[in-house]
Amino acid sequence: MPDRITPDDVRHVARLARLAVTDEEVELFAGQLAAVLEHATDVEALDTSGVPPTAHPLPLENVLRDDVVRTGVDREEVLRMAPGTEAGRFRVPRILGEAP
Amino acid sequence: MRTAVDIAEAVRTGARSAVDVIDEHLAEVDRREPEIHAFNLVLADEARRAAADLDRRVAAGESVGRLAGVPLALKDNLCTRGLPTTCSSRILDGWCPPYDATVVERLRAAGAVFVGKTNLDEFAMGSSTENSAFGPTRNPLDITRVPGGSSGGSAAAVAAGFAPLALGSDTGGSIRQPAAFCGVVGVKPTYGAVSRYGLIAFASSLDQIGPFSATVADSALLLEVIAGHDPLDSTSIQSPAPSLTEAVEVGVEGLRIGIIRELMDGIDADVAARVREAADVLAAAGAKVEEVSVAATIYGLSAYYLIAPAEASSNLSRYDGVRYGLRVDAPDITTMYEQTRAAGFGPEVKRRIMLGTYALSAGYYDAYYGQAQRVRTLITRDFDSAYEHFDALLSPTAPTTAFAFGAKTENPLAMYLSDVCTIPSNLAGHPAMSVPFGTGDDGLPVGVQVLAPALGETVMFRVAGALEAAATAATVMA
Repeated sequence: MPDRITPDDVRHVARLARLAVTDEEVELFAGQLAAVLEHATDVEALDTSGVPPTAHPLPLENVLRDDVVRTGVDREEVLRMAPGTEAGRFRVPRILGEAP
Repeated sequence: MRTAVDIAEAVRTGARSAVDVIDEHLAEVDRREPEIHAFNLVLADEARRAAADLDRRVAAGESVGRLAGVPLALKDNLCTRGLPTTCSSRILDGWCPPYDATVVERLRAAGAVFVGKTNLDEFAMGSSTENSAFGPTRNPLDITRVPGGSSGGSAAAVAAGFAPLALGSDTGGSIRQPAAFCGVVGVKPTYGAVSRYGLIAFASSLDQIGPFSATVADSALLLEVIAGHDPLDSTSIQSPAPSLTEAVEVGVEGLRIGIIRELMDGIDADVAARVREAADVLAAAGAKVEEVSVAATIYGLSAYYLIAPAEASSNLSRYDGVRYGLRVDAPDITTMYEQTRAAGFGPEVKRRIMLGTYALSAGYYDAYYGQAQRVRTLITRDFDSAYEHFDALLSPTAPTTAFAFGAKTENPLAMYLSDVCTIPSNLAGHPAMSVPFGTGDDGLPVGVQVLAPALGETVMFRVAGALEAAATAATVMA
């Protein structure tokens, strides 16, 4: 584990999370993330070799349902909620081109 | 005649009109909502129309549901078709879901009348509703105190008499802690007992929808209506929903109940005293009560603050300005994503996205998320050992009574500690509920938490019913 979270770490994570951050937020998050991760050191130190992870208290596996045609959500209703649409599709700003 | 059980009976038999019932509750909303701010949206017209329709059906001799005419408040992270659903976040600005949550459909079919959508900490991340983009909710019992969170609006709505029933969601205590702070009953069912379809996801392996009410019997009734298998939620339990309403008055004769030693540590003395008194009344009612160790619960908070942010960072990646909600225009798509998310999310949501993204990033996944998921198993095993000797467990719901606004906003860790007693049940997937039991030195309510093994709702409601009966008797004597 890293000893501390540097401002560069915070900027890297913010890029991964697609979150624009201000310099003040970088400073703030560096300290706060370090504090929470510091609190987690007791969990890191536990011996869990051979312990399986939990995601559900009951053994549900490969849940399937009958393949029956049913009405889905209304396309027009969905598109009405979008910030930008064109010809029945979502419209977004330029994707290709010079990298920012 | 303000309980859901009584209202439904009166409306069903025609003894009272649903319109009269909703008008009475809306008058209460008019009177106190300006100072409480329990709601993001009050559905007065829709509620009156739904009530009038029920009255017509009763008059025509049609059968109406088990919650006929009962006013109910919905946490604003439950999807309601055509009605704004905000999660108290700017990023969902203007969005109306194109479908109803399964719980919303079931409640409507049962005749419940929706009063409004309640305020919450943004995306259910918080313990005080101070993280709402639309301003905090105030505790109806003392408006200088927080109502708890994240389902603070739902707890406040019930405590203020705006509705006898409300739904919340509980990821780490977000139903039980506000229930304790507002002096009402709050239930987190077994993971998978209630369909999460249409509940806007925070941490998918922990989230569960559950009831708020003034009485234990009302929560039992509401949970019976919303529980049960749903093919639209792949984590939904396939066994039939248990019968709970009869359990409330069965009593605790012969039950073995354990007080969790580790969760009595670091608890305010007045709160701990109420929990011991609760144990005493259960013993007096015929239960065998002892202290028990559930050692791994001490790792709950740390594990939770790796798992919940990790899952949140993944779930909240969908808010990208493309399909719904806010978009900040920019010349290229990456900048549009980054600016939209920066403008749309509040500080706590950003903090958790950052924490979760870090915990899931290359090289750290197994050390953080993987390790925390294995620690869940250790916690579940310790609970399982305890349940070999006990039918139900007891603890405080929260370490303190309702705190003042601003008391914990500067220090995220201090705020997170507010959920130390409730988090273990989410990690194990077990049911737990908060029952009001007396007050602290400040005169504000204390909640006692009743915990049970997976699918143990019936025994949990037996214990809760006995606690409520004792607490009510004590109030009558005082």
